[in-house]
Amino acid sequence: MLGYLIRRLGQAIIVILGVTLIVFLLGQLIPGGQARAALGPKATPTQITHFNVLNGFNQPLWVQYWHYILGMVKGQLGYSYKNNQAVADLIWNRLPKTIMLVGASTVLALFIAIPLGMAQAVRRNRPFDYSMTAVSFFLYAMPAFLIGEILIIVFSFNLGWFPSSPPSDASAWAVITDPRAFVLPVFSLAALTIAAFSRYMRSSVLDTLTEDYVRTARAKGASPRRVLYGHALRNALLPILTLIGLSLPAIVGGALITEDVFNYPGMGLLTVQSAANDDIPLILGTTLVATVATVLGSLLADLLYAAADPRIRLGDD
Amino acid sequence: MSMMDPFETQPLAEPLSEDEVALEPEGGEVATDGGFLRNMLRVFSENRLAVVSLCFLIFMVLFCFIGPLVYHTNQTNAQEALLNSTQNSPPSAEHWLGTDDNGYDILGRLMYGGQISLIVGFFAAIVATIVGVIYGALSGFFGGWFDSLLMRFVDIGLSIPVLFLLIALVTIYRPTAPLLIVVIAAVSWLVPARLIRAETLSLRTREYVQAVEVMGGTKRRIIRKHIIPNSVGTIVVFATFDVADSILLLAALGFLGLGVPAPQTDWGTMLSNGVNYASNGYWWEIYPVGLCIVLVVVALNYIGDALRDALEVRLQRR
Repeated sequence: MLGYLIRRLGQAIIVILGVTLIVFLLGQLIPGGQARAALGPKATPTQITHFNVLNGFNQPLWVQYWHYILGMVKGQLGYSYKNNQAVADLIWNRLPKTIMLVGASTVLALFIAIPLGMAQAVRRNRPFDYSMTAVSFFLYAMPAFLIGEILIIVFSFNLGWFPSSPPSDASAWAVITDPRAFVLPVFSLAALTIAAFSRYMRSSVLDTLTEDYVRTARAKGASPRRVLYGHALRNALLPILTLIGLSLPAIVGGALITEDVFNYPGMGLLTVQSAANDDIPLILGTTLVATVATVLGSLLADLLYAAADPRIRLGDD
Repeated sequence: MSMMDPFETQPLAEPLSEDEVALEPEGGEVATDGGFLRNMLRVFSENRLAVVSLCFLIFMVLFCFIGPLVYHTNQTNAQEALLNSTQNSPPSAEHWLGTDDNGYDILGRLMYGGQISLIVGFFAAIVATIVGVIYGALSGFFGGWFDSLLMRFVDIGLSIPVLFLLIALVTIYRPTAPLLIVVIAAVSWLVPARLIRAETLSLRTREYVQAVEVMGGTKRRIIRKHIIPNSVGTIVVFATFDVADSILLLAALGFLGLGVPAPQTDWGTMLSNGVNYASNGYWWEIYPVGLCIVLVVVALNYIGDALRDALEVRLQRR
């Protein structure tokens, strides 16, 4: 287990370092450089040179990258000239809200998708299975923003059950203390993953039902219910952990859209607002933080999987 | 294809014509290319949903590209649009699907915006597939540290949430249709690279590839003449799904206000405009364009599924 843990941790560190390099190089792509982005198109050459010397942008790239990494270790992610505020401070405020949204909707998706996938596997190739397959195919093709907008139109404007956006000053914990305001964004983000998770769960249960130990359980006279819950379900659940890890980048991307649709003050909305503002340092900061959060989330999912399934640990070492 | 009856001997004077040989290979043999293609078409056309989807897709392409020749509307002159029609008017005999907040006719705008959405989606998928195939084939073929290095890079790229990367790229470079193609391709070539690498790893150990190597065929020749053609199934299926994904990505960008600049438009930008009036009940600015996006994406997914089944015919017969 320790060997696996160390190797998996090493992989995550390499990926994070690589991502910092990509984000750093993206910053170099800005036409006219950071100075142009900060000072605007009317800056004189003298102003630009002054800015570059002041911020160390006249040094060789690898020196700049080294300073970038050093800054990151100290928790600095650059400076948003448009907001006149440190990027890290801006993001720090928003990150917990995004984590809450992603977490709550993933948990909700699992609570719906796992029983759904199981029910489909048990009734496979019957009308229930077919109709649920059609629904999940449709949900799968629905763009995140359309689901969100339709939920707003139906449940907020037409029925008036839920507000169309959570209060802008809500803290991250408001998901629990004031759930009504978060029902729509959380459901809308969950809808995206329910389709994929339930499909996966369905085939996972179908696979386990053909295993030898299930046949043994049946042969010794266990009831269908006991075979399903006692033997098949627990083994079918394991691969879902990996799936969560793999889907995290997509879920975080979906959260960006959901936040924009519902005006939810998380990191995604911050990114969209800074795109409208041409605030490139801030976008690069949110991209980096979103990626690191994703990598750490996947790492956690993999470690949980290894902890739950002895075959992984033993097979790999 | 049935096996020939072993008891029925063929008269020597009448050998099988070339066609008959192609149609009825003896048990276990692989059909010639013509038979394979015919078989593929048969499996594909047995899937009714896929055939309907294909027809729908052809209809949408005609609608977007030929439609404007029949249904004339002004889609470029903002002043004229404001002068000649009312803003946000519901469907009428004059404007079949109403008008938007600039006074543009929505049915005409669906065609006009659809052109951009379909073109960007299609070409982004082509570029992503070509880049991914070359990258993956090189990586898988040469193997070793070169492969590890290239694949680590893919791992890193895949861990960045696509939309964040897209927004960064689109903000750095102003979006125009050709640029959107490049940018969307830049975030979607990683998956085919991984798929083709896996395919190459298995193909390069096959006997016929080793035979070419023994006969002195160059690496370039092996990749171009053997590895890539034998991965065509994987490539085509991926490209089909990727057209759908690219259309969705462009729609998401448009929705976030980062689509093509006015007076041009794409489906996502149209939807983004429309939802500003969601609370006013202007349904004609939201549902038609939303439906266009969803149906085209669903159709492409069904076609991709059917293609995968059709191409697996070859695998089943191996």
